[in-house]
Amino acid sequence: MGEFKVHRVRFFNYVPSGIRCVAYNNQSNRLAVSRTDGTVEIYNLSANYFQEKFFPGHESRATEALCWAEGQRLFSAGLNGEIMEYDLQALNIKYAMDAFGGPIWSMAASPSGSQLLVGCEDGSVKLFQITPDKIQFERNFDRQKSRILSLSWHPSGTHIAAGSIDYISVFDVKSGSAVHKMIVDRQYMGVSKRKCIVWGVAFLSDGTIISVDSAGKVQFWDSATGTLVKSHLIANADVQSIAVADQEDSFVVGTAEGTVFHFQLVPVTSNSSEKQWVRTKPFQHHTHDVRTVAHSPTALISGGTDTHLVFRPLMEKVEVKNYDAALRKITFPHRCLISCSKKRQLLLFQFAHHLELWRLGSTVATDHLLHLKTKGPENIICSCISPCGSWIAYSTVSRFFLYRLNYEHDNISLKRVSKMPAFLRSALQILFSEDSTKLFVASNQGALHIVQLSGGSFKHLHAFQPQSGTVEAMCLLAVSPDGNWLAASGTSAGVHVYNVKQLKLHCTVPAYNFPVTAMAIAPNTNNLVIAHSDQQVFEYSIPDKQYTDWSRTVQKQGFHHLWLQRDTPITHISFHPKRPMHILLHDAYMFCIIDKSLPLPNDKTLLYNPFPPTNESDVIRRRTAHAFKISKIYKPLLFMDLLDERTLVAVERPLDDIIAQLPPPIKKKKFGT
Amino acid sequence: MAALEEEFTLSSVVLSAGPEGLLGVEQSDKTDQFLVTDSGRTVILYKVSDQKPLGSWSVKQGQIITCPAVCNFQTGEYVVVHDNKVLRIWNNEDVNLDKVFKATLSAEVYRILSVQGTEPLVLFKEGAVRGLEALLADPQQKIETVISDEEVIKWTKFFVVFRHPVLIFITEKHGNYFAYVQMFNSRILTKYTLLLGQDENSVIKSFTASVDRKFISLMSLSSDGCIYETLIPIRPADPEKNQSLVKSLLLKAVVSGNARNGVALTALDQDHVAVLGSPLAASKECLSVWNIKFQTLQTSKELPQGTSGQLWYYGEHLFMLHGKSLTVIPYKCEVSSLAGALGKLKHSQDPGTHVVSHFVNWETPQGCGLGFQNSEQSRRILRRRKIEVSLQPEVPPSKQLLSTIMKDSEKHIEVEVRKFLALKQTPDFHTVIGDTVTGLLERCKAEPSFYPRNCLMQLIQTHVLSYRFFCLSLCPDLMEIALKKKDVQLLQLCLQQFPDIPESVTCACLKIFLSIGDDSLQETDVNMESVFDYSINSVHDEKMEEQTEILQNGFNPEEDKCNNCDQELNKKPQDETKESTSCPVVQKRAALLNAILHSAYSETFLLPHLKDIPAQHITLFLKYLYFLYLKCSENATMTLPGIHPPTLNQIMDWICLLLDANFTVVVMMPEAKRLLINLYKLVKSQISVYSELNKIEVSFRELQKLNQEKNNRGLYSIEVLELF
Repeated sequence: MGEFKVHRVRFFNYVPSGIRCVAYNNQSNRLAVSRTDGTVEIYNLSANYFQEKFFPGHESRATEALCWAEGQRLFSAGLNGEIMEYDLQALNIKYAMDAFGGPIWSMAASPSGSQLLVGCEDGSVKLFQITPDKIQFERNFDRQKSRILSLSWHPSGTHIAAGSIDYISVFDVKSGSAVHKMIVDRQYMGVSKRKCIVWGVAFLSDGTIISVDSAGKVQFWDSATGTLVKSHLIANADVQSIAVADQEDSFVVGTAEGTVFHFQLVPVTSNSSEKQWVRTKPFQHHTHDVRTVAHSPTALISGGTDTHLVFRPLMEKVEVKNYDAALRKITFPHRCLISCSKKRQLLLFQFAHHLELWRLGSTVATDHLLHLKTKGPENIICSCISPCGSWIAYSTVSRFFLYRLNYEHDNISLKRVSKMPAFLRSALQILFSEDSTKLFVASNQGALHIVQLSGGSFKHLHAFQPQSGTVEAMCLLAVSPDGNWLAASGTSAGVHVYNVKQLKLHCTVPAYNFPVTAMAIAPNTNNLVIAHSDQQVFEYSIPDKQYTDWSRTVQKQGFHHLWLQRDTPITHISFHPKRPMHILLHDAYMFCIIDKSLPLPNDKTLLYNPFPPTNESDVIRRRTAHAFKISKIYKPLLFMDLLDERTLVAVERPLDDIIAQLPPPIKKKKFGT
Repeated sequence: MAALEEEFTLSSVVLSAGPEGLLGVEQSDKTDQFLVTDSGRTVILYKVSDQKPLGSWSVKQGQIITCPAVCNFQTGEYVVVHDNKVLRIWNNEDVNLDKVFKATLSAEVYRILSVQGTEPLVLFKEGAVRGLEALLADPQQKIETVISDEEVIKWTKFFVVFRHPVLIFITEKHGNYFAYVQMFNSRILTKYTLLLGQDENSVIKSFTASVDRKFISLMSLSSDGCIYETLIPIRPADPEKNQSLVKSLLLKAVVSGNARNGVALTALDQDHVAVLGSPLAASKECLSVWNIKFQTLQTSKELPQGTSGQLWYYGEHLFMLHGKSLTVIPYKCEVSSLAGALGKLKHSQDPGTHVVSHFVNWETPQGCGLGFQNSEQSRRILRRRKIEVSLQPEVPPSKQLLSTIMKDSEKHIEVEVRKFLALKQTPDFHTVIGDTVTGLLERCKAEPSFYPRNCLMQLIQTHVLSYRFFCLSLCPDLMEIALKKKDVQLLQLCLQQFPDIPESVTCACLKIFLSIGDDSLQETDVNMESVFDYSINSVHDEKMEEQTEILQNGFNPEEDKCNNCDQELNKKPQDETKESTSCPVVQKRAALLNAILHSAYSETFLLPHLKDIPAQHITLFLKYLYFLYLKCSENATMTLPGIHPPTLNQIMDWICLLLDANFTVVVMMPEAKRLLINLYKLVKSQISVYSELNKIEVSFRELQKLNQEKNNRGLYSIEVLELF
């Protein structure tokens, strides 16, 4: 099949930020995740847990709470005291509103979804009315002594529970006054030594309030009498999060020791109607604090400082044994953070606040050429280096940067292209043409800009405006090597193909149910290869405006079941310049070359064969050979591309290296007393 | 939980029920409909859910129905016999019974039996059986006589077992009962004689039967008010021979024996029976549901207007004649559990029914015919399950044994017990053993000089299986007496056999074991299997000295020079070795103490009792434990030699317990000082071992890291990838 020289790169020092909040939306089966750097990500659990959208973070915006309201609207609140709403179509922040209560620690949407409650540093609980396009302050509840760390509505919407330091308050929503104040026992391991922080509360419809606190307790309170009903000591450290199932028959808590406990309401004896809460299952999928948990109908979702997002399916709720029944751990973003200049063998790494440029060479001389730090508090959304290596472009939420690089022997000089036009303020995706003369920018208004680059200057050529009535942002771009075709894909509305020469829309690839995770246009044939989150791969001929025969054959026969069961999306597709029948693609755990000239594997054939076929006659080899050539040597694989005909570059990020950069976890004794 | 629901009366029309009650209630081919045949001329088809009759048929004046109408499930027709020999077959559309199909038979019919899935059978009064179809083909065919003269069929039931129809009928002749099992397919008729057992003059009042894979379980309600069970094999070993069946007592005194009215018994499912009758002689009649598995009364319902002593059960309905009208009581039974049977499981109680709890109290003596059992205790329930298809000896040995216990000499009792044990597998073996021990202990209490030790030993040893109720109920008395007599041998046996000795008793045993003199120990015959002959080792004293110092769990006390006590100790290394290598107690005592170490306990309950032990005994025990610990640490597996030695955990736990309970006392005793120092060192060595382990763990982690780095090929490498 082929031999490649592989540059195996492990110096991409990328550390994802820890997960702070998760919020599950039952209606759309989506999960919103916020990280400690303020990034908010949207995962579509129906689309194979694909991270379909993200909102870049901001240094001053520490998200402390995240919630869905009014169906599909997403709100967040944080320590800067602001409540924000996200525009899930245009992928920007709709507005930010100061709650005037100091840092916000908690937020909860009412059961009807029409009201929003925030708990502030100054001890106030503020009620906001959600209007169709904004939120409106309605009133304050009785002010408490200390910060409100957790909030929960009674399912009827008449009362709320608020967890604070050392106590839990129950408010009547109508009057806004505190009905009960329940003091939480401060005792920690038998010693009363510090304040007891109520990290989470949950109000059940029968009036029970469940609280989790820093003394390691899960407690059940009767809200009618304000008395403690039951207490479970489950950890030596803080219990930091709680989430209750919609049916209120099970809930999940996460501790600072990295353990997630499942509690279930089970009958006292078989056939009896009397039920009690029982701690049923502990799960240890995290090494660090579990800062947040969510309870979907079929799974427990947890995230924390160790940056993993873990989906633990509840086996009793899973009806079919498919891949939803498997434990899923998401660590890396489902987009490409690396771009590569083939000509000069350069790699551009994108971090939250800086870019790094490295030159590949021999093993002894790998140069860190450039460290480019952004100005301002905003995270980088996207970045790109031109194939010739002389341009670097990146964008934050408010600014677009373009740099010209000059190489003189071993020295490198950088010059920023100033005077960017006003419409080039922010980009979701940047792409250079193969000959580095054109720059394509997908702006967050839905427009696609084409910029001509020549010498040290640039010229705006054209803007493809989004079709009227849609505001959907384009997040993926692909350009044909001859520079004639540009493909752009949004989160849901299919792939548009533009003719760059004639500056008009050429065609639209038929819409598919699952979002696009990667796409690329093949040289010469101009076939567009599209990978979707359900692991399907399509090949679409742009000139013919139809799927290719190979693609139809693949769809007819179907992919190998093991191929469909992979749980990370394909994030990059490329082609071999000399072998038109080959498609190179990779996900986080495998690299694959699809040889279109070979027969497709069926479910009986071995998809992945790690050993070379030895001692076999040519006939057998030919008979067993199939189109998918897979290598699993490199993992976790963040980027893989062809530098030239015989050279590949693979960027790995071993998990151990990430763990090494995290703060140490709570130490547990192994031996002795 | 079984529950009787609100009753309802089927018809306001008064049925012409004679003194005998109804002839029968039978199922029809529709689930909710039942055929009721009164003792006169009428058959009524009732729909139970609507509580009203759907149809009614009568025979002509002067004729009389002699056999309840049944439904032929295969054709949907109804079959009835009037005037003993005239068979009538009709269906729903027919109005007048005179005009329907009629067949006159050559012999008198006892009953027609029909169950779902097979053709009805006709049982003649002489015991012959015919299929209905075969009979109708030639109604005048000759019917043979099966049963003898004066034998009368009392009861019959028809089952389908593995698609084979099986018919059972019971006959009576001069107070003797016989069971006939007819395999209809194979035409095998087997006759059994039902042995009535102890109570010869009892009359069986009602029968019911249920069937499982191999046996028909025939339950009978006797005139003494007890329910007996007889297991009848479906496939007899030898059909030709006349076999006897023994009945065993299932429930005792469920109804009053001398009730005026009839009593009836019906099996509801595998575990439940319904009994109709008055629980006490004077009281009103009652329908009660009993759980035979747990021997508890599940529910009962008073029937103040009296019944005919007949009870039918189909589907989920119980039918009976209450007063003058046919009453239906829906019955529901969920899966029974022990918690439910004991009332731990909450369940809603119908206001109409009152639940009488009849739990078995195992503490009181069981059995029948025991002299010291008063009349009140006769209501206790006994359960014995054992069938013997053989003739029973005339006088049960258990009875003999029990009478022996009450009066004979120790020697004689011993012989009797041995005899009884040789017999062993009598159906009520366990209960008889229990009764015997109780009897013996009663007598022990009454006569201080009476102490049948060998007997008791034998009896305890019979229980290779832990038979909990026996232990639970008898342990206190038995061990109490053994403690009083200071019978260490018996106590050791008890400690070994009983799983549930209270901590206070364990502690009392310990006290005796520690305080008993060495000379008196010599005389006893203690089980020595848990003790290894430690003296053998002491021959190699020199070698041992080295070993103990090196192998104290990997810790060498000599290294620890900072401790003052150590220096003092090091001055007398000779003493120390002697002390640690020779067993501080004699072997027999060691065996006894090992029994204590093996016994189960709960710390909280044991601690207060340990405080009562005198200080010198505590030190002695501690010394022994310390000695065992040193022996343990001599080998790598940390175990003691021997067949059933105490484990290291048991030893350590007991050291901790003893010190916890008596620390202030022990610490004041000068002679215990060295021991305490030794123990202190022991703890210290443990701690240092653990700290070493922690260190090793850290080193291991570093090694692991190194190993990982080896796998890490650095931050950057150029490799060759071959795809094939």
